[in-house]
Amino acid sequence: MSSSHDVLIVGGGGAGLRAAIAVVEANPALNVAIVSKVYPMRSHTVSAEGGAAAVIRAEDSIDEHAYDTISGGDWLCDQDAVEAFVNEAPEEMLRLEHWGCPWSREPDGHIAVRPFGGMKRVRTWFAADKTGFHLLHTLFQTSLKYQEIARYDEWFVTKLLVDDGRVRGVVAIELRSGRIETITAKAVILCTGGCGRVFPFTTNAAIKTGDGMALAYRAGAPLKDMEFVQYHPTGLPFTGILITEAARAEGGWLLNKDGYRYLQDYDLGTPQPGPVLRSMELGPRDRLSQAFVKEMEKGRTIDTPYGAVVNLDLRHLGAKLINTKLPMVRELCLDYENIDPIKEMIPVRPVVHYMMGGVSTDIHGATPLEGLYAAGEVACVSINGANRLGSNSLPELLVFGARAGHAAAEFVAEHVQGRHSGSTALAQGEDEQRRLERDVLGREGGGERIATIRTEMQTAMEQGAGIYRTEEEMAKCADKLRELQERLPSASIDDHSKTFNTELVAALELGLMLDVAETIVQSAQRREESRGAHQRIDFPDRDDERFLAHSLVHRNADGSSRVEYPPVTITRWPPGERVYGR
Amino acid sequence: MADRISLQVARYRPERDAEPTTQSYEIPLRKDWAVLDGLNYIKDELDGTLSYRWSCRMGICGSCGMTVNGEPKLTCATFLTDYAPGPVRVEPLRNFPVVRDLVVDIDDFMEKLSVVQPWIIRHDEEPPDGEYLQTPAELADYKQYSMCINCMLCYSACPIYGLNEHFLGPAAIALAQRYNLDSRDEGAADRMEALASQTGVWDCTYVGECSVACPKGVDPAGAIQRYKLTAATATLKSFLLPRGGR
Repeated sequence: MSSSHDVLIVGGGGAGLRAAIAVVEANPALNVAIVSKVYPMRSHTVSAEGGAAAVIRAEDSIDEHAYDTISGGDWLCDQDAVEAFVNEAPEEMLRLEHWGCPWSREPDGHIAVRPFGGMKRVRTWFAADKTGFHLLHTLFQTSLKYQEIARYDEWFVTKLLVDDGRVRGVVAIELRSGRIETITAKAVILCTGGCGRVFPFTTNAAIKTGDGMALAYRAGAPLKDMEFVQYHPTGLPFTGILITEAARAEGGWLLNKDGYRYLQDYDLGTPQPGPVLRSMELGPRDRLSQAFVKEMEKGRTIDTPYGAVVNLDLRHLGAKLINTKLPMVRELCLDYENIDPIKEMIPVRPVVHYMMGGVSTDIHGATPLEGLYAAGEVACVSINGANRLGSNSLPELLVFGARAGHAAAEFVAEHVQGRHSGSTALAQGEDEQRRLERDVLGREGGGERIATIRTEMQTAMEQGAGIYRTEEEMAKCADKLRELQERLPSASIDDHSKTFNTELVAALELGLMLDVAETIVQSAQRREESRGAHQRIDFPDRDDERFLAHSLVHRNADGSSRVEYPPVTITRWPPGERVYGR
Repeated sequence: MADRISLQVARYRPERDAEPTTQSYEIPLRKDWAVLDGLNYIKDELDGTLSYRWSCRMGICGSCGMTVNGEPKLTCATFLTDYAPGPVRVEPLRNFPVVRDLVVDIDDFMEKLSVVQPWIIRHDEEPPDGEYLQTPAELADYKQYSMCINCMLCYSACPIYGLNEHFLGPAAIALAQRYNLDSRDEGAADRMEALASQTGVWDCTYVGECSVACPKGVDPAGAIQRYKLTAATATLKSFLLPRGGR
């Protein structure tokens, strides 16, 4: 079976929905569809909490947002991309306001803003602390207005079709029926989010398995800066549930086992009673997570069955502030830790949160593979460099979702008379269908469990590609991943049903995750410096001579990889020291 | 506390089962484990063929609604120890067709979402350059109804929806009210046809089970009652002033 669209968007979260609306607005005659492995309102954008940065106050400036982003990213951001981002973020956020997003307000009715980590000005818009939830539901509900947007809800994409150097569509499985279909398209936009699930302890939802990154990589599009993995400093132990940075922005303190605000020992400033911008608890996430590890090594953290923790203390903020500005923090603590942050301290530890790297794109969202676009966490433009600032990811998916949508619409218009979908695309689709039916669904039982391989991958990644890295540990991790790649094809699939076969999906996701995990480790091994979230014990300093450059990892035809180092684009902000708290 | 608990899980595989059956699994009983952690243990360690939906496991994506010991629950926020010593019955949400095992078909709700036009409707041509002003009090008017995560627990709890699938239902009506009550919206009249129709608010007999089941405090029953008053007033007005007021 096959169907056909002008623009096909893979993923129905914030970036995918924004891209779909952008395509329709650019050209209502285009036939656009979203294919997503979950209903769009289930996408992981829903979990974002603290806010979305965009310059709106008179005392703020576009240049200051750019500088905070670039210094926060340890100068690995492409500055032309950052400039586009900070320029367009305010209009995108206003558009969300016009579409009904319930932003928190000042008493006079204007948009309210709050401080955020690494930001020198107060510029983070918020909808209490459920910003991602409201943003996603606003986008999804608004998208329903556009009947032109077709949807494939709960379809899982297994392959990108490439013919004659150009993307021609995808192969996808309809989960409910097990039907495997070739969906051709003139342009494909990947909006599948990140890959936090390659690690054992993550804020990321179960669906965040790096699908789009691996699909692009297998199809010949390179991945950029994959070694930069963000650990958020404040996750709840065991569940990994995120306690938003807004908790610190509103004045929360991080305390070690002695009740001491330990960040003052790590060049992040001196403690003041209230929050100070770009200082202490409002430093950037990479520096705070690294400080935690140092504190643990000094024996000043608290041991729990789920690892070492420190305390996040909100008690001095009072019930009123917590209930109005941080209601979800309280709800999550009560529901999942049986702790009331009005009266008790919250145990927290660093947790894998976000991928700075992803499918390499230009500032229009175009990848080097013709017809393939990417936006949101799956992509690396790069505005996040070596460390993303909190509250930049939501405006990023709006700005670059819209940009990718516009660019794809333009591409399709230019190629309307071009070569049609091509016979080999359909033939490739049939091959993929046979592969799925024979090699995956038709596999016999009796082998090891999928979960065994997945758990070993996650453990290896935490050991080898965690907050601090060494060549020895990374090499061990790389060996382990190779071994797991060999074991995966003979893992058991006990479920041979065509109806909502989640074991089949788990097996396919694991294959995608292993590919992504390998690119993370390969890129990390080759980057012999420390920058942002990539910290090498054996190379503790930043090395602008050799590595003021992106890691661009390509897949060779034989499955091996090669890494190239194109330079970072510098426009107005030459590399300097990252200064916080002084 | 015992260290094991039994989960009795509803199974239904349409290709081989004529009707649902129950399968019993013994799993570890751990203090921190939600029912969902128990299901994941089964899936990973005991039986890869069990199907169910889940994603965020922090009570916000709305995927993991199921019937636990007879009540609609988010399984990521429902803890096993509250059901000790067990057994715990886990079944699909009620009032929906079952696709397989614990997975239900929510197509009907997805269609109803569009029927209530859940987007800002304005009659002016262009939005302002800046934001629409909205005071905290105006925000508070609709905020509660904007908190719905579409988890379907209210439809599962609603006896009216159980009898009549054409009933628009709690979440869709609450969502319509979310936009009707938003100071930026001018679409209440456009939504009235769906809301005040035979399958709209008047079907609700105010049992209130939806608001009991809601894990996010949305109070759809309150939204429905409030809209009944709005619709009744509008009907009366159109009867008294068929050509409008002056």
